[in-house]
Amino acid sequence: MTSPLLTVRNLSVTYPGDDGDVRAVRNVSFTLGRERLGIVGESGSGKSTTGRAIMGLVGHPGRIAADELRLGDQDLRGLSEHGFRKLRGKRIAMVLQDPKYSLDPVMSVGQQIAETHRTHLRSNPRDARRAALEMLEAVHIRDPERVYTMYPHQVSGGMGQRVMIAMMLIAGPDILIADEPTSALDVTVQTQVLAIMDELVRGRGMGLLLISHNLHLVSSFCDRVLVMYAGQVLETCEAGKLAEAKHPYTRGLLAALPQLGHRRADLPQLQRDPTWMADLV
Amino acid sequence: MIALADVTIAYGTGPRAVVAVHDLTLAVAEGEAVGLVGESGSGKSTVLRAIAGLIPYASGEITLGGRRVQRRRSTAERKMTQMVFQDPYGSLHPNQTVDQILALPVAIHRLDRGEARIVQALAEVGLGPEHRYRYPHQLSGGQRQRVAIARALILEPRILLLDEPTSALDVSVQAEILNLLARLRRDHGLTLLMVSHDLAVIAHLCERIGVMSRGHVVEITTATAMANNQVTHDYTRELLRSNAGFDRSGADRNLDVTAA
Repeated sequence: MTSPLLTVRNLSVTYPGDDGDVRAVRNVSFTLGRERLGIVGESGSGKSTTGRAIMGLVGHPGRIAADELRLGDQDLRGLSEHGFRKLRGKRIAMVLQDPKYSLDPVMSVGQQIAETHRTHLRSNPRDARRAALEMLEAVHIRDPERVYTMYPHQVSGGMGQRVMIAMMLIAGPDILIADEPTSALDVTVQTQVLAIMDELVRGRGMGLLLISHNLHLVSSFCDRVLVMYAGQVLETCEAGKLAEAKHPYTRGLLAALPQLGHRRADLPQLQRDPTWMADLV
Repeated sequence: MIALADVTIAYGTGPRAVVAVHDLTLAVAEGEAVGLVGESGSGKSTVLRAIAGLIPYASGEITLGGRRVQRRRSTAERKMTQMVFQDPYGSLHPNQTVDQILALPVAIHRLDRGEARIVQALAEVGLGPEHRYRYPHQLSGGQRQRVAIARALILEPRILLLDEPTSALDVSVQAEILNLLARLRRDHGLTLLMVSHDLAVIAHLCERIGVMSRGHVVEITTATAMANNQVTHDYTRELLRSNAGFDRSGADRNLDVTAA
């Protein structure tokens, strides 16, 4: 086995609160290779905070602690903001939920993609433009020349997310962190955006960390899944075998999902066991 | 209970009008639960808003409880049709306590026994007296949606319009709210019309399902037919496929998009 692209060992993120510290992420450990790893959990489970900690985006007053937080052979612990800036976009990239908010509204989408190329590869405007057009084509936009000049408000949600993916992948990062990348999109568009992400991530041999609350989506898309609850990873399993998950929380969540073709008068409600909150070591 | 005949709904007037719903005909029997699915912009929420009397419709007829309703609704007509919105963070007044939120419809409709109604409405949605004097920000998302449901129920409506009532909620909370809605429907003989983009959620609560696309109902089918994949329209098939999760083998189809 080759060395993992990302190694996380005992990562914790703490925010100070009125009644003592709030531990948003507690002792999370995993490695990411050239695979698709999913993180599922409900709101407040710490899944997004884990992604943000890896990107160095946990700002003051949040604190990060980890025994190991490594990108390839680079230690991310205590890396300066300047250091992270050089990594973001170049080696780790992130796609967020809603392209309406993550794209710059006053810059054409093509220019935004080209800017990433210029910043990280120090290219001249002509090369950057050509690379951006190629990237738009790679995310299956049929007329890249026209879309290049469009502004974010002129593109649909699905196309906006394609633009985001193009921008994130243009500098050739090793890892893509996608935080609810399709939650703001219609179901039919979701599948297309996922297919594009899948094609590019596999074609380039990248690692993908997919953060989502959608169990179906994660289990059908990823290779492995981490189930998070109250800041901890309760369970890790093969995505295809999520239905055979052992932990009562995962089983409870799956049971609570309404299913087409399996109609029940009442959905089983999740009974939360206080012991799930206790520190696992 | 609800009958729409050739209803066309447009936003704006004259040449710039945008027709959101074209010639929609739909009937919902008393006590029935019907769902509308479709993607954003298909007009499904617009239909609910027109039935609730929140927006005017350009042409056609809307009949509620056997009586044709006009754009201006009488108090009784409004009392009969109540609506629950998607986002419980946006649909509750942030500066009013649960008690004030529930007291307002009682006052507007000049109902008697206000106190008893509030206590009963809270109990019905599974909230305790300790929640009565809290502000929305002191409640969880699921509790807020319960308050929104209580606000609709306090007027004893016969029709409940649900606009994506669980899509802002976690899976475990969604199950609780769906169970609550199913129970309230049984207990009160409510007629439900629900809109959602989640087929499984719709099929759980509704017997019949209308599939909307670009302002048209393209197919009216049943939850059972959906589950057995017995649908006729291509768009419905596409929806079913997408709802089943990500399928690597079928994912290469129509990836290309042109600029809108």
